[in-house]
Amino acid sequence: MTPHCRYVLRLADTNLVLAQRLGEWVGHAPALEEDLGLANVALDLLGQARLLLTHAGELEGRGRDEDQLAYLREESEFLNLTLVEQPNGDFAVTIARQFLFDAWQLASYEALLQSNDAKLAAIAAKAAKESAYHLRYSSGWLIRLGDGTAESHDRMQQALARLWPFTNELFDADDVDRAVAAAGIGPAPDSLATTWARHVDEVLTEATLQKPPPAKFNWYGKQGRHGEHLGYLLAEMQALHRAHPGAIW
Amino acid sequence: MIADAAVNVAPPADVFRRLQALLSQVPDPEIPVISVLDLGVIRHLLQRPDGTIEVGVAPTYSGCPATPMIKADIVRALVGAGFRVAAVDVLTPPWTSDWITTEGRRKLAAYGIAPPAAAVDSPRRLWQPDPAVACPRCGSMQTAKQSEFGSTPCKALYRCEACLEPFDYFKCI
Repeated sequence: MTPHCRYVLRLADTNLVLAQRLGEWVGHAPALEEDLGLANVALDLLGQARLLLTHAGELEGRGRDEDQLAYLREESEFLNLTLVEQPNGDFAVTIARQFLFDAWQLASYEALLQSNDAKLAAIAAKAAKESAYHLRYSSGWLIRLGDGTAESHDRMQQALARLWPFTNELFDADDVDRAVAAAGIGPAPDSLATTWARHVDEVLTEATLQKPPPAKFNWYGKQGRHGEHLGYLLAEMQALHRAHPGAIW
Repeated sequence: MIADAAVNVAPPADVFRRLQALLSQVPDPEIPVISVLDLGVIRHLLQRPDGTIEVGVAPTYSGCPATPMIKADIVRALVGAGFRVAAVDVLTPPWTSDWITTEGRRKLAAYGIAPPAAAVDSPRRLWQPDPAVACPRCGSMQTAKQSEFGSTPCKALYRCEACLEPFDYFKCI
């Protein structure tokens, strides 16, 4: 698999896994509006994942379509960022994960508007508008909970502390990232750090939350090395298709 | 599938008018008072060398479940009128609420959905404060956003502070 294909698959898997996580909230969110909100974000991410998976399948050239890529790969073949496979936790953890991710995803899509890969640039142009809405939503909740009651503030702060170590991976370049950046296909990961940090700092200040200290550990989900949680998520997501191979709607 | 404009040509004027008349009768599956033409998702109508009519359709949102249904409804309507039809996705330029026609906006408001209140030119515009939205029921500008997301991806949930009714607002994207 070329670095180009692997890179697109990383973007696809990251969206797919987060869509699946957010889907777990359906019927369980704290209020009807948030049930709808989280499901709508999940739907957008799933749509983006489908476009990206299809594109990755075309780049790979082995005839795999979006369903084969989503349902018939093993855990170690998934290349999502480790952040998005983290369990939902309470509503604060879900919002913190979404906020840290949305700020990265919007910066990433905006950089991809300049991609040499015209198909990828087209997908990013569409998705960037959706991501901007997601970031508005997650930023709004981060501020409300951070600058809310003592309890909501503490839980939001704890959620940030728990997820912060996973943000290193967003900006840490490996061989795939370096190859796609050199080819003008995708941005160098560290080039997104300034835009991300500017937005994160601004919202954290507004939310009266402290930025957690830099984490020393890095994760490598984008290389297929996952934590303990992804396997359970995939088992649930893939069960139907594996029980009924080739099933379509 | 990407349209190849080099080999496709515009259909004759009378055929084009007929296609438009047929499409004006194809409703949006979620908001049946507006047609797919009102919604602005039809990006091109071309004739392929073999005579097939190619309809370029821009999805409103990447994950909108109505998109496959819209394409199927378009194909069904045109095939029913005797055309050979292929509906293809058009991703670039991405669909924007600016493409909803004046007629479409009027129909949305009459149906109880506040139409998009402003033009959009970049995602960053979303950071500006919410535009003032008129209540589609009583016309009051005293309205408040309840949630960024409503009953479908394209809508947000509002409430009118004057008549106290909740309503959907078609988002600017």
